[in-house]
Amino acid sequence: MDANDVRRALTRIAHEILERDKGAGDLVLVGIANRGDDLARRLAREIARIEGHEIPVGVLDITLYRDDIGLTAEAPELRETRIPFDPAGKVIVLVDDVLYTGRTIRAALDALIDLGRPRTIQLAVLVDRGHRELPIRADFVGKNVPTGRSDDVRVLIEEIDGRDAVVVEAD
Amino acid sequence: MREHLLSMRDLSAHDITRVLDTAAGFREVGTRVIKKVPALRGRTVVNLFLENSTRTRISFELAAKRLSADVINFSASGSSVAKGEGLKDTALTLQAMGADAIVVRHSSSGSPLQLTRWVDAHVLNAGDGTHEHPTQALLDLYTMRERLGRLAGLRVAIVGDVRHSRVARSLAIGLVEVGAEVTLVGPPTLIPPEVAGWGVATSFDLDGTLPKLDVCYVLRVQRERQRLEYFPSVREYARLFGLTRARVASLPDDALVMHPGPMNRGVEIDSDVADLPRSMIEEQVTNGIAVRMALLYLLLGAAGEQEATDA
Repeated sequence: MDANDVRRALTRIAHEILERDKGAGDLVLVGIANRGDDLARRLAREIARIEGHEIPVGVLDITLYRDDIGLTAEAPELRETRIPFDPAGKVIVLVDDVLYTGRTIRAALDALIDLGRPRTIQLAVLVDRGHRELPIRADFVGKNVPTGRSDDVRVLIEEIDGRDAVVVEAD
Repeated sequence: MREHLLSMRDLSAHDITRVLDTAAGFREVGTRVIKKVPALRGRTVVNLFLENSTRTRISFELAAKRLSADVINFSASGSSVAKGEGLKDTALTLQAMGADAIVVRHSSSGSPLQLTRWVDAHVLNAGDGTHEHPTQALLDLYTMRERLGRLAGLRVAIVGDVRHSRVARSLAIGLVEVGAEVTLVGPPTLIPPEVAGWGVATSFDLDGTLPKLDVCYVLRVQRERQRLEYFPSVREYARLFGLTRARVASLPDDALVMHPGPMNRGVEIDSDVADLPRSMIEEQVTNGIAVRMALLYLLLGAAGEQEATDA
């Protein structure tokens, strides 16, 4: 995917979210750090452009909810969590760059629910690369990308990498 | 991070930054309604406090519990230690029970190091004799960095009973490592000659030091550790080295007042000074939980080089 593909995918997801959750006054986006938070802010801008009003965006760090703490050589580095609203009762669209094993999303669901009891949680991802290890699926998908398990899927985004693209490198 | 936390000498400036950055993440956890995360579920942390301490033990206990670890508190009174069991046998017992980390406070300098020779668990020094108290130093560094935005170049005076203070030693080592300028201030009898090797300045004149400070760190007068008379009277000590309202007035406007607690109000610090907005004493306590969470997380959350699996 090049920059135009990424932009079109995000615009489409923004429309799909509005179609599904329209009138949902308590719609909020929560991006998973890193990259998911930047994508969430982009989606919020798209939604503001379409609907004419801003929706709140939060950043969630799932590190402390990972299922591999103590298994890596170094303890995983903490990132920022900043949820500027009470999640209780909200319609939360969780945003991440790549959906793969589903383990990150499992951790994110537990982390979110510890912060309050949302009405619903939906999932939006830019890329679904398959190979799930848990019963998790996305509600909104930018693109399904068939990959091998050993392939490297990298989402580059302007805010961090200087350009938008999705790159699949075969191992 | 290494396997244990015994001394501030084990930590490079880079290590210190990693601990403080990690603690910043745990500060946020402490502001939540549910202040608990599952990071260390199923791990066992033993608080082995063979010298009296309330605040450090409670702080470690809360830190471990907020990480979902199981916590066992083991103190000298009412335990097998009171029946004459030695440190080694106590350590081997805790090892046999499967402790993953042992937080140790002991009146003998060097006992945490000794403990590492007997057990596989991670050992964290929570204060050993007059040697070191590294977690206190780290929470103090965290408080300074958060309030003043930096550590390098900060001018810090550590005032009082340096001779008997493990807090002073650990803090001075840490401050020098991160590039702060440290002055130890106190009566000549309480500034031991060994400080010449610490890379710090010394002064016997508190009033002359105050106007050039970013942080005035006041030590507790530890009468219980003083085997001799190091100063004529508490009243004279308070007059020469107590941080009074009048002395605070000669500090720069944004300078902080810090104290490791528990305070002797009216001796090393005046009661109304302790309650000033620039006084960080309660904030130090709050930050202490986050810093100890960070240390437990960094030590217990790593498999080490050999055991690391492909995650």
